[in-house]
Amino acid sequence: MAEIIQEEKGGGGKKRAKKILPHMDMTPMVDLMMLLITFFMLTTSLSKSKVMDITLPDKITDPTVEAPKIPTSRTLNIILGPENKLYWYPGAVKEEDYNNLPPLFETDFSATGIRQLLLERNRALFKKIDDFNQQVIAGKIVISQDSVLGAIRQLKNVDDTGPIVLIKAYKAANYGNFVDILDEMNICGIARYTFVDIVWYEEKMVEIASGASPVAASTN
Amino acid sequence: MPKIKLPTKSPRIDMTPMVDTFAVILIFLLLTSQMRSPEPANVDMPFSISEKPTPDFNAMTFLLSPDGKVFMNFDNGPDTLLKFRPKILAEMGKRYGIEFTEKQLREFEKFPSSMGVPILQMKEFLDSEDAATRKSFETGIPMDSTDNQLAMWIQYTRTVNPNIQAIIKGDTKTEFPVVKRVLDILQELNVKRFSLITNLEAAKINLEEIQQ
Repeated sequence: MAEIIQEEKGGGGKKRAKKILPHMDMTPMVDLMMLLITFFMLTTSLSKSKVMDITLPDKITDPTVEAPKIPTSRTLNIILGPENKLYWYPGAVKEEDYNNLPPLFETDFSATGIRQLLLERNRALFKKIDDFNQQVIAGKIVISQDSVLGAIRQLKNVDDTGPIVLIKAYKAANYGNFVDILDEMNICGIARYTFVDIVWYEEKMVEIASGASPVAASTN
Repeated sequence: MPKIKLPTKSPRIDMTPMVDTFAVILIFLLLTSQMRSPEPANVDMPFSISEKPTPDFNAMTFLLSPDGKVFMNFDNGPDTLLKFRPKILAEMGKRYGIEFTEKQLREFEKFPSSMGVPILQMKEFLDSEDAATRKSFETGIPMDSTDNQLAMWIQYTRTVNPNIQAIIKGDTKTEFPVVKRVLDILQELNVKRFSLITNLEAAKINLEEIQQ
């Protein structure tokens, strides 16, 4: 696309080599580069992945130390089942009851499934966090971005009404379910949740629930 | 009196400096975005609402492929400057009685992506030139209780770089027992805080809808 300007010099009949002035129209090149830059900026900024933090409890290796006691009335057990299924039961099951295991409730990862269940149980805390966020957005509370997270953590720490969620995974679960359920904890603002090992009678409960006709989830 | 002469303007703008600027920006973007090196296994990451960006340095990443292999990467940043990677490999070699040559250590330092090679085949892996031969060595890091090389890698990585963070990058379809095994090993080695790599996804909650 170079523009060539020819110049006629002298008319002496002598044939001269055509002179090419070193002038080039750069506009298409600029266009092309702009396009490339836009492309790179968009693709790279979008592909930056995020991380989700998780803390595991201490592993108890000393048999004389007992696991910390938690009130069963606030405990909610969630078990990741096979084929993206999700089971839950409230309270605790003792090992002695293995002949008479309580049924598991089946639910799913949708907004009306586990999220509704968690939000119903965690409503007071969730409302507090939500109100706080709304006030920050509306400008009623002037606070720096870093302190927002700290303040929410403080709200979670003093909370004593929300459920204590114990997450367990059946062996046929997958990693996607694991991340989904932890994500659900963050969405619902659950203050206390942890990931624990599944015990054998809970595995049996899952097998009963997935083998027999599944119990319909009733959250109310 | 001299006449005031207005300079005749030509309607042409010289685009060359603009091209130069764009070229610089383009090269910059190309170089910085090259951090994403090809991984030995294709991983389809799960979604979450977390907005915390992935740390660029002081990170050891465990890549859990859908077929249950475990790969490990010690990440860039100051790592490359302080040459952590060859140090970790040398320590591992000492533990398993393997002497790595200077060339092999350098090869390991340059290796761009996660590695999942049993330590006993590491020498041949580093000596091989083409990608196809290398691929055949990548069978995942062994982590059974009899030959727990993953635990050794973690231990020496943490000795060489005490500030390192553990990051897990798993595929949505990775079987849970593999994840559990890695979590157990980390827990046994007292690594209790770690991060899971996810893609960002928004979640909206309508409070009124739930309260009915």
